[in-house]
Amino acid sequence: MSAAPDAILSRLLKTHESDILDEWMREQMDALSFGSKIKESELRSQAAEFLSLLQSAAQTGNITDVQGPSYGRVRDMLGDVSRSRSFQGFSPSETARFVFSLKRPLFARIQTELANDGKSLAAVTWLATELLDKLGLYTTEIYQKSRDEVIARQQEELLELSTPVVKLWDGILALPMIGTLDSARTQVVMESLLQRIVETGAEIAIIDITGVPTVDTLTAQHLLKTVTAARLMGAECIISGIRPQIAQTIVHLGVDLGNVITKATLADAFRRALEMTGQREKLYKARG
Amino acid sequence: MDRIPILKLRDLLLVTIQVDMHDRLALQLQDELTTRISETGARGVLIDISSLDIVDSFIGRMISNIAAMARVLDAETVVVGMRPAVAITLVELGLTLPGVRTALNVDKGMALLEHTSPARVDQPEADARSQD
Repeated sequence: MSAAPDAILSRLLKTHESDILDEWMREQMDALSFGSKIKESELRSQAAEFLSLLQSAAQTGNITDVQGPSYGRVRDMLGDVSRSRSFQGFSPSETARFVFSLKRPLFARIQTELANDGKSLAAVTWLATELLDKLGLYTTEIYQKSRDEVIARQQEELLELSTPVVKLWDGILALPMIGTLDSARTQVVMESLLQRIVETGAEIAIIDITGVPTVDTLTAQHLLKTVTAARLMGAECIISGIRPQIAQTIVHLGVDLGNVITKATLADAFRRALEMTGQREKLYKARG
Repeated sequence: MDRIPILKLRDLLLVTIQVDMHDRLALQLQDELTTRISETGARGVLIDISSLDIVDSFIGRMISNIAAMARVLDAETVVVGMRPAVAITLVELGLTLPGVRTALNVDKGMALLEHTSPARVDQPEADARSQD
């Protein structure tokens, strides 16, 4: 045998495609026997599609250049498989096994084909390992990437979910805060509150921190910034929902809440807000 | 050259800042505003900054200064219509404009000024001074 290793490998893939597929399917079904996350027919169609794309890609150009243009469709297909598996709850190794389990049937073919030519055997085996390793790593990479996308999207949704600004009464807004306050969240909270103040023309905003587990100096500073910014725009802020432990912490930390109005419960804050707006309205009327 | 108009509304002065502030304009505004306050005996100044997109520490300080000068001349200053982005910037810069009153819009600013010192307009000497 004097043919180049990559030519041998692509020829092997082409001529033994269906045999390799059968063996590969057996490998995969053994590995996946514990769960029924994916149907055999689905797996088979995926495997068949991958193998036919792989062998046609192997016919053209550099066989191990998986980033090259000839492997474009193989990459797309593998990407789809990885993504769907990451959404179906497969572990990273289960996902990578899709490619790695192809090694055994492929190596078996190479071995029977090149039993008499030790040199070519080694070369072709190495070539096949390199190719499958690259494709396997690519699978893992896509898996990781799609997981990261999910996390990023959830973080974004959480950020939006956790900062609702609700209108309680004419001219009174409430901002029930839930969860730990970090800088990024406080920025979003501040912006959405100020934006709503402009939109509704509200004069009083109640910031309820019942759902905030702990208050440290940084959190307190963030709260004070929000209150100051609202005051600069012409709206007054009331902080409510201060639990006894948090009141103690604030004093122990030496945080000066200044002349911010604080109330124990949202109800108290709302009553105070009504008083404040009611008083003003009465005064306006009295002056004609 | 840009000028910032100062409008007289009854016993209030309305200043609407619609152009980019720079040093000379700010000094000119301080000059004109203090003159107008003493001329008209205005008891309130409304500074409308709703069309300002960008502020820096200079403008923040200038607003504080104007408010302090007006207070010396016995007029209350209300800054109205500050945008959220501007408010956030000022807070981050540490300029919280102490002593300056704020309102969401000109309407609310006027209401605020009207009920804070209602007694003054009824006093005879105040009337006499505004007729000077």
